[in-house]
Amino acid sequence: MLERANPVSESRVGEGGWRVVVGTRLSRIAAIVAAFVVVGLVVLPAFASRALIQDLIFVFTMLALAQLWNVLAGWGGLITVGQQAFVGLGGYVLFAATVLAGLDPLLAIPLAGLFAGLVAALIGPLLFRLEGPYFAIGSWVVAEVCRLLCAQFKPLGGGTGTSLPNVVTANMWGLKPVQDLLAVRAPVARDVIVYWLTLVVVVATIAAIYAFARSRLGLALAATRDSMAASRSIGIRAHRIRYGLWIVCGVATGIVGAIVYLQKARISPDAAFSVTDWTAYVLFIAVIGGVRTIEGPVVGVLLLWALQHYLAQFGSLYLLLLGLIAIVMMLFLPKGLWGTFAERADIHLMPLRRRLRRS
Amino acid sequence: MAVIDTLVQGALLGGVYALFALGLSLIFGVMRLVNLAHGDFIVLAAFIVLVGATSFGLSLPVATLIAVVAMFCLGFALQRLVLEAVLGEDIMPPLLITFGLSIVIQNGLLLGFGADSRRLDAGAFETRSLEVVQGLNVGLAPLLALIVAIAVILLLQLLFYRTALGRAFRATSDNPEIAQLMGIDHRNIYAVAVGISLAVSVIAAVAFGIRANFDPAIGPARLLYAFEAVIIGGLGSLWGTLAGGMVLGIAQTVGARIDPEWQILAGHLAFLLVLFLQPRGLFPARRA
Amino acid sequence: MTTLLATHALDAFYGDFQALFGVDFELAQGEAVAVVGANGAGKSTLLKSLVGLLRNRHDAIHFLDHDIGDRPAPEIVRMGLALVPEGRQLFASLSVEENLLVGAYGAARREPWALDTVYELFPVLRERRRGNVADMSGGQQQMVAIGRALMSNPRVLLCDEISLGLAPVIVEDIYRLIPRIRAGGTSVVIVEQDVARALRTVDRFYCLQEGRVTLAGRPADVSFDDVRKAYFGA
Repeated sequence: MLERANPVSESRVGEGGWRVVVGTRLSRIAAIVAAFVVVGLVVLPAFASRALIQDLIFVFTMLALAQLWNVLAGWGGLITVGQQAFVGLGGYVLFAATVLAGLDPLLAIPLAGLFAGLVAALIGPLLFRLEGPYFAIGSWVVAEVCRLLCAQFKPLGGGTGTSLPNVVTANMWGLKPVQDLLAVRAPVARDVIVYWLTLVVVVATIAAIYAFARSRLGLALAATRDSMAASRSIGIRAHRIRYGLWIVCGVATGIVGAIVYLQKARISPDAAFSVTDWTAYVLFIAVIGGVRTIEGPVVGVLLLWALQHYLAQFGSLYLLLLGLIAIVMMLFLPKGLWGTFAERADIHLMPLRRRLRRS
Repeated sequence: MAVIDTLVQGALLGGVYALFALGLSLIFGVMRLVNLAHGDFIVLAAFIVLVGATSFGLSLPVATLIAVVAMFCLGFALQRLVLEAVLGEDIMPPLLITFGLSIVIQNGLLLGFGADSRRLDAGAFETRSLEVVQGLNVGLAPLLALIVAIAVILLLQLLFYRTALGRAFRATSDNPEIAQLMGIDHRNIYAVAVGISLAVSVIAAVAFGIRANFDPAIGPARLLYAFEAVIIGGLGSLWGTLAGGMVLGIAQTVGARIDPEWQILAGHLAFLLVLFLQPRGLFPARRA
Repeated sequence: MTTLLATHALDAFYGDFQALFGVDFELAQGEAVAVVGANGAGKSTLLKSLVGLLRNRHDAIHFLDHDIGDRPAPEIVRMGLALVPEGRQLFASLSVEENLLVGAYGAARREPWALDTVYELFPVLRERRRGNVADMSGGQQQMVAIGRALMSNPRVLLCDEISLGLAPVIVEDIYRLIPRIRAGGTSVVIVEQDVARALRTVDRFYCLQEGRVTLAGRPADVSFDDVRKAYFGA
């Protein structure tokens, strides 16, 4: 009921006292709560255990990846099962830049993003030639190519991979100040830095996607997804937006990959380009929470975290269960937990739809 | 002679890849569905045949026949009970469901059979070879795989272009709503298409399983090869798919000659090259 | 005469939009009936409901002593209803002959229509039997569409705007066939915008306006003015 009153962001259309509104009082409250949560998360390392920090690193990276997949597939119609290509490339560039070129990890992370974006820009036009669902398999092929090429890269251990030498992280920028600030040992300080990095990335990703989804570009893209006829008439423009989105998501996914492997400090082609780790979990998160919503993946990642905590020890059975849950969800709650709830209760914490309201 | 040998071995390998690809191509042609679990269904079929042959002591042909029937029924049921509900304008739900199936099948097989490599036992047959000319030996198993691939394509062609069911397939593919006006129940047509796709997967699985090892994790790679054969050959043409499989097989064999580690990569690169030069494939079907 | 096909208070919807309001329609064995009306009056909707492309209340439609309102299209077609859809809607990847053959897929009966008899009706189709339907003229395509529907040997043939976009001479040819089709034991429903043309061909007619029957009867019993009023509204 709350959101029916007092639109907070609005613009006039035509005459007669109707307005287009996106935001609601509820969404403003949600934004304030979210801001407090973020501030809380920033200062959390001062109190939390190292285990919780490490868990949250997992949660934030998976959430960022899920949001990136969600915007690609949900808004861009680019349904990919090959995002592990960019995660792996990000990781490998981080290792190459730090181990081989001696760069500071914090410098290597944006470099990893740029490289992943470059690969996305080069391979995108090729993949876009594939019709609809075949794009998905094409993206998977690209990830396999990247995996096989990295396996041929002997300086980083070829097929068996390599570890990040201690010296790389021991002198990392910011390590000493964080050690002093929190009075912790170097490995803990490294976790904290990675934690902050993932927090920055996930917040920036969500904010950027929210802004994009509400922008003219996002609306134009949503329109082409909903109507084939419309997509033909504004085809070229939509194609450009989609291409841009693909590259930007490649950059962001590469950055996430670099941060993940800074934390893991050990890389191998099979792990870095794993379809299970970087696509299956990500799809699970999106499906459970609700594709094409921004709140959905947040719900999804928390559920995955819980399942992981209790069931990951069961290995294959755990993955089997995740697959079954996802299939059952698609059949009976195709909008996901959050998407279904939001629709039934008409609650939108991060509203995207423009509604007509009489003022 | 080494060059010819490489080409021949590659082309024979292409027969297996064409068998992988036919089922994928068939359901995409009829219902625009891409089954991301296609490779895992092939592996599942291989395990069904393996169980039939080892646990029940059936001969390989009998076990294959039973598996063909079983997989047809599985495909029919899968379409009617699961995929039918999500098939529509939005291509995302069927992709996500079949991706989920891929995970379920892989891990189900892992639970049931462990991660060990298996092989179908075709007796002495699998190692026998034929000396075509001096210095050029052709394995009987790979040769039979190619012949079977050609036979399956011929059968599918007959089915599609010479029978009422085939006309119903093509009419439904053109326009499902108008097909209903011909008394064609498109839901059953789709289910039969998925059934045939999985039945063909059994043939593919046997052709593959008697010449190479398999384990529960290799499904996705089979999906990629199948997909590459389809795209290299050009959508909508079964003979194109066979040619696509052969191009892929030759690329892999050539790659392997250069460096064994390059085999798979060479195939993927050939696919990307074709996509770059001829996005509609090497032998695209005449657009009706 | 016995009633073959009837609707009782038929309402039809596209989502929330109601296209038909309480339509009562009747077709007797051997009869030819026209449904006329302006664009958007609900003529095509009526045909789609009859053939099951739009689902309705179970007892809203009655065919051959069965309530078929909620049955799916393939089942109804197999009972002996055939529709020549607006815009012909041929199968582009099937040859001319295959288009005809696919029409017999769910045939209710085998007589009297078969490839031979359809080719007798449209000799030009025999010449082009292996050809591609996309290469044919509009009139020839319409012949394929009618032939395809006849191949199921329907008890009732529903024709949706079969003269649309065709030259007058061709239209004349096609309408000349209606008696021959009826002679084969098939009742005919014609949906047509060309009212005069339709009324000359049929025994009875219904006029629809905004989803309601505004006039029904025999062409001889009504004046042109009555029809015009029913067609456009007063």
